[in-house]
Amino acid sequence: MVKPDTLGPIIDEHPFFRGIDAALRDLLTGCAANERFETGDMLFRQGDEAAKFFLIRAGTVAIEIDQPAQPPIIVETIGEGEIAGWSWMIAPYRMTFDARAVTLVRALSFDAKCLRRKMEADPVLGYEVLRRFLPVMAHRLAAARLQMLDLYGPRGAAKAAKPIKTEKAQTKSKGRNRAADARLDQAKGKKKKDGGS
Amino acid sequence: MNAAAHDHDPVHDPMIPVPFRIEKVRRDLSDTFTMELVPEAGGEFAFKPGQFNMLYVFGVGEVPISISGDPADRSVLVHTTRAVGTVTEALDALKPGDSLGVRGPFGTAWPVEAAFGHDLVFVAGGVGLAPLRPAIYQAVANRDRFGRIIVLYGARTPEDILYKKELERWRGRFDLDVLVTVDRATGKWGGNVGVVTNLIARGGFDPLHTASFVCGPEVMMRYSAQALEKKGVDRGRIWVSVERNMKCGCGLCGHCQWGPHFTCKDGPVFRYDRVADLFQIREL
Repeated sequence: MVKPDTLGPIIDEHPFFRGIDAALRDLLTGCAANERFETGDMLFRQGDEAAKFFLIRAGTVAIEIDQPAQPPIIVETIGEGEIAGWSWMIAPYRMTFDARAVTLVRALSFDAKCLRRKMEADPVLGYEVLRRFLPVMAHRLAAARLQMLDLYGPRGAAKAAKPIKTEKAQTKSKGRNRAADARLDQAKGKKKKDGGS
Repeated sequence: MNAAAHDHDPVHDPMIPVPFRIEKVRRDLSDTFTMELVPEAGGEFAFKPGQFNMLYVFGVGEVPISISGDPADRSVLVHTTRAVGTVTEALDALKPGDSLGVRGPFGTAWPVEAAFGHDLVFVAGGVGLAPLRPAIYQAVANRDRFGRIIVLYGARTPEDILYKKELERWRGRFDLDVLVTVDRATGKWGGNVGVVTNLIARGGFDPLHTASFVCGPEVMMRYSAQALEKKGVDRGRIWVSVERNMKCGCGLCGHCQWGPHFTCKDGPVFRYDRVADLFQIREL
């Protein structure tokens, strides 16, 4: 375990906290620890108390969902410069996914109770941490939605187009955008048309 | 139609297909194949990266397909096609020795030379890697004219990765960065999982001196362009390849109209700042 007072520069260098005020950084450092995970180690499991979150310094982590008698479904992988775990901010503070080290992983972990206590006591710190977490959460949510669209599937574009177009928009587009109409027709199974590549 | 193609077209009419013979067919994925074509009358075929041809399966119909070969090799015309409809499935059924008609090349090109001196970031999704491949070839051939060259590629699953061996070869070079991600991991895949925009967010390029070429499904291109802008890349240095219902290929028929543009003539490669607003119009 690395002594907390040596972690300040590491926190400074990590993209997630880059540019943070030194006094706030010192508050964070008091809750931080340096950790290492071998390939296959679990950083956390779904249902665990969300006691920590991690700043990934090196390596790759798979965020995944366990399923009975089958390999886990990998939702996404994250790597250097990214964070793992935000359930520590949201009651009832339980992890909602598994996180597994795909390679050797070096990370900074932050004690959730320690950090929540400091954020409650110091709203400036609380705001700063939330301000940095929210864009990451928004990005991950947007990415998850894109992933759900199955854009590269056999009729990915059609699947994506169908729910987006309103009935009014479809009517207005008649004769003006035949490619979009064709994709909608494909989605409805009306006829088979080439889109090229 | 370029000068080389005119050699095979006595009337120089872009509406008349030139007969080509299929030399080789390679199965890339379960529904995707690459054909190598040579003009039946002999000669060469010149094109610019990003341009497309109208391929005519006799008695079936025509379909616009981007050229996916090396622009420096004029001896063979390469097309990678995904069989998704009547004509492309008819193309898929053709064998070496069979003939088809070719009109083209049509459309605008990836401005590879305009990106000299910059980092160059290719962002491809699915079969969208095919129209980008000629530009990657050209960039690699001029490697010393660029800063970093980064290829970011997103596929549906590991089994759907196009040009897998070529990606591995590029990744093996010391002067190219190739990152691949899949939407859904299967088998023993140990690489990235997630959408290609996640790879953009990781950066690795100088946003103030970066040009980016983006090709894939339109939704993917829209979000990729946004992710590039978020990293600081000016939208005037992002190019996208847009596809509509190309028919004539040369701006006569109007089938491929996209706002004020004909995608066959003004595109398919557009500078993003000139079309970003059109991406937001649902009716288009």
